[in-house]
Amino acid sequence: MKKLISIALVLVLCLAVFAGCAKTPDSGDGKVKVGFIFLHDENSTYDLNFLNAAKAACDNKKVEYILKTNVPEGQECYQAAADLVDEGCTIVFADSFGHEDFLIQAAKEFPKVQFCHATGTKAHTENLANFHNAFASIYEGRYLAGVAAGLKLNEMIDAGKFAAEDAKMGYVGAFTYAEVISGYTAFYLGAKSVCPTVTMDVTFTGAWYDETAEKEGAQKLIKNGCKLISQHADSMGAPTACELAGVPNISYNGATIAACPNTFIVSSRIDWTPYFEYIIDCVASDKAIDADWSGTISTGSVVLTDINEKAAAAGTAEKIAQVKADLESGKIHVFDISTFTVEGKALDENFMADVDTDADYTPDTKVVSDGYFHESEYRSAPYFQLQVDGINLLDTKF
Amino acid sequence: MHKKTGVPLFHISKRKALPWYGGWAIRGGAIVLAMVVCAIVTTLLTGENPLAVYATMLEGAFGTQRRIWILLQNIAILLCISLAVTPAFKMRFWNIGAEGQVLMGCLANAACLILLGDKIPNWLLILITVIASCAAGAIWAAIPAFFKAKWNTNETLFTLMMNYVATQLVAFFVIVWEVPKGAGQIGIINQKTEAGWLPQIGGNKYLLSILVVALVTVFMYFYLSRSKHGYEIAVVGESERTARYVGIKVKKVIIRTMVLSGAICGLAGLLLVGGINHTITTTVAGGLGFTAVMVSWLAKFNPLTMVFTSFLLVFLDRGANQISTDFGLNHSFGDILAGIILFFIIGCEFFIQYKLSFRKTVKKEEG
Repeated sequence: MKKLISIALVLVLCLAVFAGCAKTPDSGDGKVKVGFIFLHDENSTYDLNFLNAAKAACDNKKVEYILKTNVPEGQECYQAAADLVDEGCTIVFADSFGHEDFLIQAAKEFPKVQFCHATGTKAHTENLANFHNAFASIYEGRYLAGVAAGLKLNEMIDAGKFAAEDAKMGYVGAFTYAEVISGYTAFYLGAKSVCPTVTMDVTFTGAWYDETAEKEGAQKLIKNGCKLISQHADSMGAPTACELAGVPNISYNGATIAACPNTFIVSSRIDWTPYFEYIIDCVASDKAIDADWSGTISTGSVVLTDINEKAAAAGTAEKIAQVKADLESGKIHVFDISTFTVEGKALDENFMADVDTDADYTPDTKVVSDGYFHESEYRSAPYFQLQVDGINLLDTKF
Repeated sequence: MHKKTGVPLFHISKRKALPWYGGWAIRGGAIVLAMVVCAIVTTLLTGENPLAVYATMLEGAFGTQRRIWILLQNIAILLCISLAVTPAFKMRFWNIGAEGQVLMGCLANAACLILLGDKIPNWLLILITVIASCAAGAIWAAIPAFFKAKWNTNETLFTLMMNYVATQLVAFFVIVWEVPKGAGQIGIINQKTEAGWLPQIGGNKYLLSILVVALVTVFMYFYLSRSKHGYEIAVVGESERTARYVGIKVKKVIIRTMVLSGAICGLAGLLLVGGINHTITTTVAGGLGFTAVMVSWLAKFNPLTMVFTSFLLVFLDRGANQISTDFGLNHSFGDILAGIILFFIIGCEFFIQYKLSFRKTVKKEEG
């Protein structure tokens, strides 16, 4: 019993001592301080992309920041956000889709702090002045990468390696989500814009990071006669499989040229630095942050790596520069309804997409006008999830 | 000249019972030693000042009022699960299925919130979630207990495998209830209406779990040390034959104890989903079901000592988190420090039970 009393006393003492020196939350002096919440740490290419941008933006703008890594998509996210507010942060950012509800919970509790969330879908319906979504029109980057792919296919056709009708590409996706569907469709349409006979097989791994599954997926596609591979998943699985088989590869989230010097053509990725600089500027000058912010090629949010001249077709750089200029000027649009059909029919202006999040996935918004599907305009996260003709899904994974 | 004595360099022998302060002196020494080793590792691996790292651990656990509340809440949940597994351990029933039992409690709670939210009065819904969570945990624990009592199956393997079944069930229902489709997650359940959420006490969202677990702790202390059931558990644990000889129905005790164990795990699940997270994922229990085994053992199955051991583990975890934030070190570094400290703390129990006697010098032997 003595033992128990002593333990109890020690505990009470400990708590009393530390409760005494506990800090009360800072009221904040209007200075910008950014708190970042990441699902994983620098070992994940997805989070690394955000981490690098966070550091770059805060260093550019000379503001203080705190990085919290390995925050799960649960109550820990709310706790991390609240803790960052206690630390005096005036902006709190979270990088993973599943963080959204918990960030909204914090946003309701701390109305003076701005909460920004990448890849989320609820800001435009929550009506909170301090909760914001952001994404980037990565489909534009995919489209440009697709142009590079199409040129490569043309080169191989001209060299007599296969007939034009056999120009088939393969795509390894993570999940059958709008984000992935929008990406591979843009990639396909980019390729089709220069190589009209192209078709594409898509396989899904059911995970964002599964090196073995991605590698096997790519190998399966190559075996099925795919002449070029691209992927939307976070490991080196597909690029490595391509290098081993000598099949050209369009990569994602950064260059894979070091591991794949002979097959890497080009890669697209989202650069979050412009968004972080934008929200820092907004808070510094007391301007409202957009509920939905979508970065584009013009804002520098969507970038391509250098082209690997060894693997790319001749003239790729010039063609990409030209298409990029046309995209920026609005001369062409990625989801131009004259360039694709769904079950043999073109879309018309009455087409509705599911933009507002609800349990029944009701199509609720007209998204086609001026001859193209307006992706990422009615909310920042992608909502293009049609199965266009010419793309063949080998499987689906939700 | 070396003379062979035939006596080993040292030998190990069981100690006589140490006075209570002797045991605590050894434990205190172990913590100091652990701190020294951590300091050396920190300096060698990162070049950071070890004192600053320790200060950061304290800062992470106690730095703000919110952190203290979160610390207490996390202690409460870990303690609750540790209390749940303890009666079974005392009975020498190796229940390592707490993770699954907690998950089933979570799942039952989430199911009630999703299926019944806003359809019935809130008090009734909360009452149903309490019953459903405890019952789900109890059933998940009763299944291996029944098999053990009836056919003497191996409870360690059985409870372990029930964890995987529970995880897969949760994974399945997450897909059934996911919002939006394809998201692979449920999000906060009833975020707008807060239907079925456990009430907050005085506007404090952390207090309820802490109070509930404090009550469970007191209950478990008296249940194990003062009640007839507790006595039966101890006897069955010591010797089943003796228990049978004195007329204790061993099978009944096994099943009854596991039902209690599972029900308290279910309660932890209720607090996790209904009180804290308001969502469910396959990792909502976060391995606490296994950490609880350590908490219970370190405390030698004493519910009150468990308050301290669960505090220690939660403190190390919160401290490790803060280290990774403040020093930009990977979270694994905090885990390394926690591992070193635990190694010493668990290791020192050996020296409380046993002592090392070194060979007496040859000179003395001759003299």
